[in-house]
Amino acid sequence: MSTTSLAALSDDLTLLTGLLYSLGILAYAADFAFGKRRATAAVRPAKEPALVGAGAPVSDGDAVDDTAGETAEAEPAAEPPAEEPGGMGRAVKVALGLTALGLLAHFGTILTRGLAAQRLPWGNMHEFIIMIGFGAVAVFLVVSWRFKAHYAGMFVLIPVTLGIGLAATALYTPVGALMPALKSNSWIGIHVTAAITASGTFIVAGALNVMYLLAARYAKLKETGGEIGFSGIARKLPAAAVLDRLTYRITIFGFPIWTFAIVAGAMWADQAWGRYWGWDPKEVWSFIAWVVYAGYLHARSTAGWRGQKAAWIQLLAFGCLMFNLFGVNLWFSGLHSYAGV
Amino acid sequence: MSTDLTDRDDLDTVPQAPKGPPGLGVLGWLRWFWRQLTSMRTALVLLFLLALASVPGSLLPQRGPEPGKVEQYFTQHPDLAPVLDKFSLFDVFAAPWFAAVYLLLFISLAGCVFPRSWHHLKVMRARPPKAPRNLSRLPESARWTTGLSPDEALEKVRAVLRSKRFRVDVADDSVAAEKGYLRETGNLVFHIALLGLLLAIGLGGSLGYKGNVLVTEGDGFANTVASYDRFEPGRSFSDDRLQPFSFHVNDYKATYITSGEQRGQPATQVADVTYKTAPDAPTEHHRLKVNNPLDVDGAKVYLLGNGYAPTFKVTDGKGNVAMNGPTAFMNADAKTMTSEGVIKVPDAEPDQLAFLGVFLPTTVKTKNGLASAYPGALNPTVTLLSFKGDLGLDNGTPQSVYQLNTNKLQKIKGAARTLRPGDSYKLPGGAGTVQFTGYRHWVSIAVTYDPGRVPALCAAIVAIFGLLGGLLIRRRRVWVRATRGEDGRTVVEAGGLTRTDSGGTFSAEFEELTTELRSTSQGKE
Repeated sequence: MSTTSLAALSDDLTLLTGLLYSLGILAYAADFAFGKRRATAAVRPAKEPALVGAGAPVSDGDAVDDTAGETAEAEPAAEPPAEEPGGMGRAVKVALGLTALGLLAHFGTILTRGLAAQRLPWGNMHEFIIMIGFGAVAVFLVVSWRFKAHYAGMFVLIPVTLGIGLAATALYTPVGALMPALKSNSWIGIHVTAAITASGTFIVAGALNVMYLLAARYAKLKETGGEIGFSGIARKLPAAAVLDRLTYRITIFGFPIWTFAIVAGAMWADQAWGRYWGWDPKEVWSFIAWVVYAGYLHARSTAGWRGQKAAWIQLLAFGCLMFNLFGVNLWFSGLHSYAGV
Repeated sequence: MSTDLTDRDDLDTVPQAPKGPPGLGVLGWLRWFWRQLTSMRTALVLLFLLALASVPGSLLPQRGPEPGKVEQYFTQHPDLAPVLDKFSLFDVFAAPWFAAVYLLLFISLAGCVFPRSWHHLKVMRARPPKAPRNLSRLPESARWTTGLSPDEALEKVRAVLRSKRFRVDVADDSVAAEKGYLRETGNLVFHIALLGLLLAIGLGGSLGYKGNVLVTEGDGFANTVASYDRFEPGRSFSDDRLQPFSFHVNDYKATYITSGEQRGQPATQVADVTYKTAPDAPTEHHRLKVNNPLDVDGAKVYLLGNGYAPTFKVTDGKGNVAMNGPTAFMNADAKTMTSEGVIKVPDAEPDQLAFLGVFLPTTVKTKNGLASAYPGALNPTVTLLSFKGDLGLDNGTPQSVYQLNTNKLQKIKGAARTLRPGDSYKLPGGAGTVQFTGYRHWVSIAVTYDPGRVPALCAAIVAIFGLLGGLLIRRRRVWVRATRGEDGRTVVEAGGLTRTDSGGTFSAEFEELTTELRSTSQGKE
């Protein structure tokens, strides 16, 4: 296959990915609209994990659903939690299938672009966004498998699909070579891969965090009898405490990777630019995002800051991360600007 | 302390958050202030201040990385810029207020971490606390019966817990076990490594130096302060720290992308360099590239940029060769390498001569005149505007080599002349002749020496490992009690507790553990 036809195939696959994800969003939305209500009681892990895994009779599937996530940890390899019919509505199954197919197409678009460009396809913003979306969906699928968190699908796929749409239109960049500063495949492999993985993870954490805030608001409004309004969407979500914990869990997975990405970036900068840290706008904003995420982790264990206050900090940290990706590339010129649009 | 199960594992427990200032005494106030500073809430506020303080460093041009842009900002905003400068907003990361924030943060951190480390050292040697009376009231609990005697059952339980690397104590009718001490260890290691990182950065910056120099192909460089175009020593730097190396740029080659949207961007750049680590050392060879610096005794030599240095031969009005060699031109446009420069000929007689020149590496005709279409030198031309008179170099005022002081110069009549390599232009009025003899490349080189690099890297790596331990490990306690039941069978009760069940997986772990304990202690029935 020639380079041009590979590049064209890659672009087609990008569209297919976006299409599959969009259909996935519709299916998740259908589950929200028509699916069974999830347990909103504070979650106590199931006492008998083997029951869930072995598919023993379970009367209320949805209730088990949320707790199963906690117990699935027990023996994930030996006994993956079976997806019992009762545990998951048909819409969710369709949605997960579409998501998995989308991820496959997503992988295809990355692979063909890499083959067309004859290099790792994460050298400019278009490719970077595609890669982060891939990371986010992959992390989501792992999370939904291990923690039965498929309810997060819509919240993860919406930003990812928007990102893909943006990458395919306004930020579209045809296949091309890299400038010499980026021609260090081992470093681009290490630093950029880490940044992509961390960003993808933070997208999932950010989606869960937003869901947590909605669920917490819903719970509070329900208690006080206030106007529920938009947060009524949380009616179908698990309890706030579950979401809070899962948000934290995913964040502490992403945070060390982000730290590593920054350190690896400093090592590359030392090789390429003659200093390991020079307060280039990209460096400044990755530092800011790191500091605010650190703030979230600290807030979560500071009396008076736990819960929703910490969640708002997490949201702010995510905002800094996204600003670092979009804002810095589009509005600032710096040493990273070749990664530009 | 060891039985206090409500405190958190993270950095907010020691010292306790202050309740309020004590009534009397300077010492009391100091202690209160210290407690305030080292409390978690203060650390949190300082973290946010640090993030906030960094923002202007990305919004405004900074002197360190972009001195030219700062000057530009001053000309564009003559009123605002001096005010901003007063608040160090063009040197944010070297500003006193920025230093104040991070120093306070690190003092707060040290004040929290060191007492905690001391405390943790003691905890590391502590034994697990004895089993509480009622195990079924713990967040996790389980209960089963076995035909084994209580002692036999406990012995089996002990063996299983030991094999799972719990710290285990047996007392009377119960077993107490605890694991996950590495969480706090990792946590502390991470924070101490951050202090080490700051120290390494500070020391490295203070003892090191950095300098920039522009070297034309065929020229050399010796590492002395005077050889640099710009030299920034650290606070504790002294001249004898300069490594006595020298190098010579033999040749520079660049290739550019020739098609597509990225046309004109450099694809490869290589400077062929020979160097000596000391004047009497043997000559060595290095291919200097982006991402491939030259390392000489800890000093690193980087290739940063490149440009054209057209060469001229200038014959003056008296017929003598007043100049013959390259003049570095500055890139006016990176994509096409349109370069501009000033050629000064102070040795020309009777009048000194000067030229404003534009070098086009690949000259094409456009509607608006000549332009460069490509950064490679496919069709080089230079266009000169000529001056004669007094260059004003003798009055002692330093002059930029890239600017022309036209006070005492007069423009030589005639339009600008465009020359191809080899072309000559005879100036009107017998002022002389200028010949465009060709071009060379120049490379801009940065030399940095930072003895803190390696320590900083080590600190960063230690920090990452500490972070992993501190975030992913949990401290958890398990108790098991075996008593003879009324029916003669042994009743085994187990209870579990974790201090930070942030991940929520302790329930699962406890289930797994008790399942195993149960099957082991029921094994020989």
